[in-house]
Amino acid sequence: MVGLKAFLVIFGLLTAFAYMTLIERRLLARIQIRQGPNRVGPGGLLQPLADAIKSVFKEDLIVSRADKVVFVLAPMISVTFAVMSFGLIPFGPKGAFFGYDPWVINLDVGILYIFAVSELAIYGIFLAGWASNSKYSLLGSLRSSASMISYELALGISLLAPVLLVGSLNLQDIVDWQHQNGWLVLYMLPAFAIFLLTSMAEAARTPFDLPEAEQELVGGYNTEYSSIKWALFQMAEYIHLITASALIPTLFLGGWRMPGFLEQLPLLGPLFALPYLWMFVKIAFFLFFFIWVRGTLFRLRYDQLMVFSWGRLFPLALAWFLLSAWVVALKLPVVWLGWLSLLSLVAFLLYAFQTARPKPVERSYP
Amino acid sequence: MSPITEYLALLVYLAVAVGIAVLAVGVGALLGPKKGGRFKLMPYESGNDPAGEVKRFPVHFYAVAMLFIIFDVEVAFLWPYAVSAGALGVVGFVGLVAFTLLLLVGFLYEWYKGVLKWH
Repeated sequence: MVGLKAFLVIFGLLTAFAYMTLIERRLLARIQIRQGPNRVGPGGLLQPLADAIKSVFKEDLIVSRADKVVFVLAPMISVTFAVMSFGLIPFGPKGAFFGYDPWVINLDVGILYIFAVSELAIYGIFLAGWASNSKYSLLGSLRSSASMISYELALGISLLAPVLLVGSLNLQDIVDWQHQNGWLVLYMLPAFAIFLLTSMAEAARTPFDLPEAEQELVGGYNTEYSSIKWALFQMAEYIHLITASALIPTLFLGGWRMPGFLEQLPLLGPLFALPYLWMFVKIAFFLFFFIWVRGTLFRLRYDQLMVFSWGRLFPLALAWFLLSAWVVALKLPVVWLGWLSLLSLVAFLLYAFQTARPKPVERSYP
Repeated sequence: MSPITEYLALLVYLAVAVGIAVLAVGVGALLGPKKGGRFKLMPYESGNDPAGEVKRFPVHFYAVAMLFIIFDVEVAFLWPYAVSAGALGVVGFVGLVAFTLLLLVGFLYEWYKGVLKWH
């Protein structure tokens, strides 16, 4: 049964990745007031299929200087460890999958496992750049892996904060805790914000997507790849994105559950207690958010990228961890964390409005 | 503690994932034209022989990796504390602050030393 569920999850992720590329292209087109791919199939729905057929039938090159074995292994490592962490995420209560559990594996060290797998994914990137034996690939892979490990740190520390409150690393326990006590984002707003930013960097999304910067350093670690191997890297990246947008709601926004008071409503109550549905809604919301960010923001320069993670996110995450550890260790009421979150939101908004105020443009008209 | 069967399930999951990845690469290698050629198999540089070997790269990446190892060890020490923070009480919290301050001094040192500055 586990094998079948694992197969379903991986196959589902591959389909989701294919349609995610289509949705991203269409949404980016909408943002830029144009149409996006709409020729292949009704509304462009067959575009992912056409792309897949094209990439499978392309010539599969292995560059003459490459380290043959590692060159072939690297994309496989990338995609394997990208799909490995999705199976932990619960989409419903026990037995909600036709009598079986709606997850593939349920580890008590769930968060630690996810952390480990996302670090293993960096191996694929680095090995790809090294095995290509081309200076552009090597530099691209070094930059990607250096930025990913830097954001991994802040990610790890921001993950620690919810564990403090729940007292368990199990994802099911975290979801249940949030059902009883309210969503963790209310208590842990700064940790949520840091997790959101770092998971964008982990999936190499726009403010932090240097590996994709075509105008700098050629193209990054996958410069020398063609055909299905290149597609596997893209796949891994998008699957990281989908996993991130499933993990954010699971950890901070109540997982597959909606708030308890909605389930008490007279007529709509059962609707809000449904498994799967709300999780998919939340995933879709975050995917849309990531695409929106990609359509709107410009990317950071490499030195800014590193300074932002080490100099801002890492100390902030650590400070918030110490603060919430103080509240938990002294057994102060948990509401305090809610007030502290609110305070941090107000402070952030004040800071944002202070710095983002546009300077008056001085123009001299003839 | 979760039963050992969950970890066996993890191995099954890994096997399925590796299987699908191997299948994808295998299908890609079988299908498609195979017409190599000297210029096609060259590394990127517009058909020119790439200038110079790539065996050295900026030491910054090394420094970042070292810092990552150090602070990842810090995170590894923080996990057990995070799970049992309530039970450890004030004494545990004091220990946590002492440990964090120790590493924070190291972090401030490398920050003002300019390890993370790119020139």
